[in-house]
Amino acid sequence: MMMSPILPVELKGVSTVFGKTWIHKNLDLAVSAGEVVALVGGSGSGKTTLLRQMVGLLQPAEGEVRLFGEPLKAGGRNDRLARRRRFGMLFQQGALFSALTVFANIAFPLREFGITDEALIRDLVLLKMAMVELDPEVAALMPAELSGGMVKRVALARALALEPELLLLDEPTAGLDPDRSAGFVDLIRSLHRSLGLTVVLVTHDLDTLAALASRVAVLSEGRILAAGPLEEIMTVQDPFIQRFFHSERSRAALARAGVSR
Amino acid sequence: MSPVSPAPALRLEVEADGSRACLSGDWTLAALTADPRQLRGELEGVPAQAAWSLAAVSRLDSYGALLLWRVWGRRRPDRLDLPPALEGVLARVEAVPVLTCPTEPPYRFLDGTAQVGRMVIDIGHHVVGFVALIGQILIDLWGLVGDHKRWPLFEISANFYKVGVRAMPVTALVGFLIGVVMSYLSALQLRAFGADAFIVNILGLGIIRELGPVLVSVLVAGRSGSAMTAQLGVMRVTEEIDALAVMGISRYVRLVVPKVVALTLAMPLLTLWGSAVAIFGGMVSANLQLDLSFDYFLNALPRAVPAANLVIGLVKGAVFGLLIALVACYFGLRVRPNTESLSANTTASVVASITVVIIVDAVFAVATRSIGLPFR
Repeated sequence: MMMSPILPVELKGVSTVFGKTWIHKNLDLAVSAGEVVALVGGSGSGKTTLLRQMVGLLQPAEGEVRLFGEPLKAGGRNDRLARRRRFGMLFQQGALFSALTVFANIAFPLREFGITDEALIRDLVLLKMAMVELDPEVAALMPAELSGGMVKRVALARALALEPELLLLDEPTAGLDPDRSAGFVDLIRSLHRSLGLTVVLVTHDLDTLAALASRVAVLSEGRILAAGPLEEIMTVQDPFIQRFFHSERSRAALARAGVSR
Repeated sequence: MSPVSPAPALRLEVEADGSRACLSGDWTLAALTADPRQLRGELEGVPAQAAWSLAAVSRLDSYGALLLWRVWGRRRPDRLDLPPALEGVLARVEAVPVLTCPTEPPYRFLDGTAQVGRMVIDIGHHVVGFVALIGQILIDLWGLVGDHKRWPLFEISANFYKVGVRAMPVTALVGFLIGVVMSYLSALQLRAFGADAFIVNILGLGIIRELGPVLVSVLVAGRSGSAMTAQLGVMRVTEEIDALAVMGISRYVRLVVPKVVALTLAMPLLTLWGSAVAIFGGMVSANLQLDLSFDYFLNALPRAVPAANLVIGLVKGAVFGLLIALVACYFGLRVRPNTESLSANTTASVVASITVVIIVDAVFAVATRSIGLPFR
C-alpha cells in the first residue's frame, strides 16, 4: 500500500471564488500515501475551504480534485459511496450528532455501512473508543455532556469507524488546553503510525504542526507558496513565512517540539 | 478501486498434528463485507483446536482482527503464526474490554399504566413550570416599572412587525377562503327555507365572535409560535441565552416579554383583519349565489351582530395571543442543547398552544353566553 503510486489526494489547478474574491487561484497540491500534510496560512486564506473541497462539501470554481487517483465525482452512486468510505473527517467542532449517545454516534457509520450484528458493532465501538483512549463508561453519555477534548476524541473515533485510509482534520487541537492538545496530537501520531493513515490537517497551532506534520504546505495569496518538511519551509525567504515561523511565540513552540522530537 | 486488493480467503489444511487454517488476502472492512456470509461460515467451520496462520495476510485492519478475535473465543489460539507487522493490530483488539451491555428490561403488563401516570405527572410539571415562567416575568417586569429606559421597546416593535404585519397576507388568504366556503354552504341550506337574509347573521356572528379569533390563533400558533420556540431553542443550543445571563440581562425581559407583548397587541388587530376579510369573502359569495347586494349586507350587519360581539372577538384575540406567546416561550426555554429536544419542544409548543386556545375558547363561550346574542 505504501509503495502504491496512487495519490490519496491530488488538487490540480483548483480555483475558488467567493462572491468577487478569489480565494485560490490555480492551486496544485499532491499528498502521497502515508504522509501527514499540514496546511497552514493566515486566517481567510482558505485552508478549511480547501479541506472541504477535498471531501466534496464544496465545489471549486475551476480545477479538479482527485481522491485515490480518481476524480471526486467519478463513477456511479456505489463507486462514489465506496470512495467516500475510504476517508474520514474530523470537523472543528466535532459535529457529533447531538441527539445520539456517544455509542450511537460511533456506531452510526457502521450501521449505515450495513453491519447488522449488534454484538459485533458493540465490540467495534469499544475498540474504536479504546483506540482514542476513551473509557467505556463514556459510551452512554450525550455529546452535550462531554468536555471539548472528549468531543474531539469521539469525533475521531467516529471518523475512524470505517477504517479509512485518509484522515482529514480541521483544526484538531483548536479549543483544547495545551496539555490536552499535546495528548491529542500524540494520539493522532500513534494512530498514524499504527494504522498507516494518510493525514491532511489544517492548523494554526505550531506545536501541533511541529509534532505531527511530515510535510507543511503554506497557503498564501491563493496558492501553495511552499511545501516541504518543516525545516525546509522555515528557510524560505517570504514575508508571510518569516512572520509565521520566526515570531517570538513560534520560536518557542518550535524549540519545544525540537526537544520532544 | 485500489490497485490490487486480493480478496480475503481461508484455506483449511489437514496435517498430522491437526488442522491448520491459512488466511490470505486483505482482511479489511471493505473487503470482508463484500461477501460476509460465506466467509463467516467458513470461519465457524474451523475446528477449535486448529492452528492459525496469518502469514499470507496482506492487510489486516481492526475490523478483520476483531472478527478473528471473536471466532477465537476472545483469546489467542495456542498455535498462531502471526507476522510481526500485524502484531500491533491484534494487540489493540486484545485490549478491548469485554462488556456486557445492559439489556432492555422486557415489557411488562403495568408498563402501560406507568406510562400514563408519567404523562399525568409531566402535565403537572408543565403547569408548575408555566406558572413559574409567568411569575418570573412578573417579577422582572416589576423591576422595570419606573425605569422606562430599559423597556425593550425596540424588540417589541420588531416582534410586532414579524408576528403581525408579516402574518397579514396568509391570514387574509385563509380568512377569505373560509368566508367563501362558509357562505356557500350556508346559502345552500338557507335558500331551501327561503331565509336568504339570515346569511348576514350567520356569517357575522360566526366569524366575528368565534371563527375569526380561533382561526387566526391556529394560524399564528403554527406560524409565529413555532418560530418563537425554535428561536429560543437555538439560542439555548448556541449558548446565546447563557451569554445574556452572564451580561446580567434578564432573558425574560429581553426575549420573552417582547414576544408576549407584541403578540398580545398584534393578535386583536390580526383578528380584526382576518374577520374582516372573511366577512368580505362571505359577502362576495352571498352576492354571487343569493344575489344579496353589498349594500344590503353592510347595512344588515350592524343590526344582526351587536357590537359586543366584536369586543368579545378582539378580547379573545388578545388573550389567545398572550397564551400562544407564553406557551411558545415556555417550550423554547425548555430546549436542551440537542436537535432532538429542539424538534420535540417545537412540536409540543404548537400542539399545546392550539389545545390551550381551544380550551380557553370553550371557557369564553360559556362565560359570555348571555352577552351579545340577539335572539334569545
